[in-house]
Amino acid sequence: MAAVHGDAHGHGHDDHHPSGIMRWVTTTNHKDIGTMYLWFSFAMFLVGGTLAMGIRAELYQPGIQILEPELFNQFTTLHGLIMVFGAIMPAFVGFANWQVPMMIGAPDMAFARMNNWSFWLLPVAATLLVGSFFVPGGAAAGGWTFYPPLSTQGGLGVDLMIFSVHILGASSIMGSINIITTILNMRAPGMTMMKMPLFVWTWLITAYLLVLVMPVLAGVVTMLLTDRHFGTSFFNAAGGGDPVMFQHIFWFFGHPEVYIMILPSFGIVSEVIPTFSRKPLFGYSSMVYATASIAILSCVVWAHHMFTAGMPTVGQLFFMYATMLIAVPTGVKVFNWTATMWRGSMTFETPMLFAIGFIFLFVIGGFSGVICAIVPIDIQVQDTYYVIAHFHYVLVSGSLFALFAGAYYWIPKWTGRMYNETLGKWHFWLSMFFFNLTFFVQHFLGLAGMPRRIPDYNLQFADFNMISSLGAFGFGLTQLLFLYIMINCIRSGEKAPQMPWDGATTLEWTHLPTPAPYHSFENPPIVK
Amino acid sequence: MVDNKLEVNIVMMKKLLVFTLIMFVFGYALVPFYEKFCEITGINNLLQPDVLTKEIRVDEERWITVEFDANTRGLPWQFRPLQSSVRIHPGQPVNVMYEITNDSEREINGQAIPSYSPRFLEKHLKKFECFCFTKQVLKPNETRQMPVQFMIEPSLPVDIQTVTISYTFFELPAGVSAVKK
Repeated sequence: MAAVHGDAHGHGHDDHHPSGIMRWVTTTNHKDIGTMYLWFSFAMFLVGGTLAMGIRAELYQPGIQILEPELFNQFTTLHGLIMVFGAIMPAFVGFANWQVPMMIGAPDMAFARMNNWSFWLLPVAATLLVGSFFVPGGAAAGGWTFYPPLSTQGGLGVDLMIFSVHILGASSIMGSINIITTILNMRAPGMTMMKMPLFVWTWLITAYLLVLVMPVLAGVVTMLLTDRHFGTSFFNAAGGGDPVMFQHIFWFFGHPEVYIMILPSFGIVSEVIPTFSRKPLFGYSSMVYATASIAILSCVVWAHHMFTAGMPTVGQLFFMYATMLIAVPTGVKVFNWTATMWRGSMTFETPMLFAIGFIFLFVIGGFSGVICAIVPIDIQVQDTYYVIAHFHYVLVSGSLFALFAGAYYWIPKWTGRMYNETLGKWHFWLSMFFFNLTFFVQHFLGLAGMPRRIPDYNLQFADFNMISSLGAFGFGLTQLLFLYIMINCIRSGEKAPQMPWDGATTLEWTHLPTPAPYHSFENPPIVK
Repeated sequence: MVDNKLEVNIVMMKKLLVFTLIMFVFGYALVPFYEKFCEITGINNLLQPDVLTKEIRVDEERWITVEFDANTRGLPWQFRPLQSSVRIHPGQPVNVMYEITNDSEREINGQAIPSYSPRFLEKHLKKFECFCFTKQVLKPNETRQMPVQFMIEPSLPVDIQTVTISYTFFELPAGVSAVKK
C-alpha cells in the first residue's frame, strides 16, 4: 500500500491528503478505503480462524479437554458470525472499492464521504462482537443463526451481538447504495451495461440483493431486541408469538445472504479464468443472465433451511424443487468457465490455480447442496457435520479461494510489485491439501450421524475428527503464509511490469499505469 | 456538469434509501402475513375450537393411549390432570379434567399453550372445548377444575399407539386479552 501512496506523488496534482493515521481516518479515496476493507477483513479472518482452531482442538479427541461446553458454543457462534459478517463480506466490498471504479472508468465511488463512513462502522461492530466474550455470561452462544428461544434467553452478549448486526447491516446497506449508484451512473462513455466486466455485473446484482435483505435482517434482530427487553412477543410462545416465524424471517435474509457471499467470487473467477486462458469469457451474456437468475431464485428457497421445523408436504416439495432449480444457472456458469479454458493457451500462475481450485471444489459443495435440498435426505443430515462440510466447501473453497485468486491477480496493479510466485503456489497447494483433509472427512462424519455444535462425540467418530483437526491446524498455519507473501510483496516485491498478465483486457490493465495512480480516470476513458 | 452528476447520484441514493426503508417495513409485515397464512391454511391452529364437519365413525378395533402432561412456567400455580392417561378408540369423544391452584396471595391471569407429541397429532386431533382457548383468572388460593373435550380422528396413522397432549401455563400481564391463534 505504501507503494501506491509513494507513487501517487509522481502523478502530481491535488492529492494533498493528511499523512499518518489521519490519512486513513479521513480518507475518501476508493483505493485507500478498499485497502482498509481488505486489511480489516483479513484481521477478522485471523480472529475467526483462531476460534476455529479452538473448536478443532476441542474436537481433536472425544471428551472435554480445553473448552467447556458453554465456551465451545460461544466459539462456534462467533466463528460463524465473524467469518460471515467480518471476513468474507467486507473482503468483497474491499475488492469492489478497489476494482469497480477502475473497471468502469470512474474517478472514484459515487459517495466518497459515505464510503469512508461505511468502512469505519466496521471496527466498531467488530469491537462489540469480539468484546462480547468478556462481558458477564460471555458471548452469544445460540449459533450464528441466533434462533429464539436461545437468543431471547441469553445474556448481555446477545445484546452486543444484536447491536453489532445492526451496525454491520447499516455499513453493508451504505456500501451497496454506493456501489449501485457508481455502477449505474458513473460508467465511462461507451461502457454499456453489456460491456461491463463480469466482476462489476456480479457486484451490481449482489448490491441489489443486499439492499433487499439486509433491512429484513435489521428488522428481525430488532424484533429479537424488543422481545428481550420491551415485552413484545414476536417469538415468545407464551405471549402468542412463534419461534418458527423467526426462522422464516431470518432465512428470508439468510438464503440470499449466502449468494451475496458467492456471486462476487463468481465475478472474480470470471475475470481470472479468461486472462490466464488468453481467451474471452465464453458466453458472457449467459453469465449475466445466470447471475441474475441465481439472485432471483435465491429469494424463494429460504425454507430449505427448515425442512425439519414443521411444514406441510406441499411446502417442502416447493422449496425442494426451487432449490434444485438453482443448480441450472450455476451449471451454466461452471460450463462457461470450463468452455473458456477449452483450447485456451493456459498458464497456471497462482491466481489461475486458485480459480481452478475454486471451480473444482465449489462444484463438490454445489453437489452436496443439491443432496441437502432433497427433503428425505435433508431430514437425515439436518444439523450434522454433512451440512458443515457442504457449506465450508462453498464458503471456504468457494468464496475464500476466489478472494485469494483476486488478491494475487490484482496485487501487482494495486502495489506495483509482484508477489513471490513460488510461495504463492505453495500457498495454493497447501491450502488445497489441508482444506480437503479438514472438510472432506466431515461428509462421512455427518452421514454417520455426528451432530454439529456439540463439543463431545461418540468414540466411533474419533479417527475422522482427528484427521479433520490436523487438517484444520495445517490450513490455519498456511494462511499465515499468505500474510507473509502479501507483506513481502508490498514491502520488497519485484517491480511489476506494466502488464504482468498478458491475457488481461479490462480497463484497469489496459488504460492505467501499474501501479494504479492514487487518482485514476479523472478524465473518463472512451470505451469502444 | 459535475453538479448535475452529483444531483443524479443523490436522486439515486434517495430512491435506494426509500427501498431500504420499504424492505425494513416488509420484514415487520411478514409477521401478520405469516399469521394470516397459517390461519387460512389451518397450520398451527392450536387455540381455536374445532367443529365436526362430517360424521366420524368410531373405530372400535383400535386402541390409543393418550397421556396428559401439565407444566407451569414462571407463575406460582399448581397444575395437573386429574387422570394421567386414558385409553380410547379413534373417533370417540372424550372429556378429561385438569386442576389449577393459585398458591400465591395475588390474583394472576394465565393462559395455557398446548404442545403435542408426535408433532403431527395436531392434524388428527379435534378439540371441541379447552381451557386453553381463553385466559384463566385465579384469585389468591383459588382452585379450579377445567375440562378438555376432544376426539382423535381415525386418520391417525395405525402405527401410533400412544400420543401425548401437554399444556404449559404462562402468566399473562394484567389487562392483556387471551392469545388466539
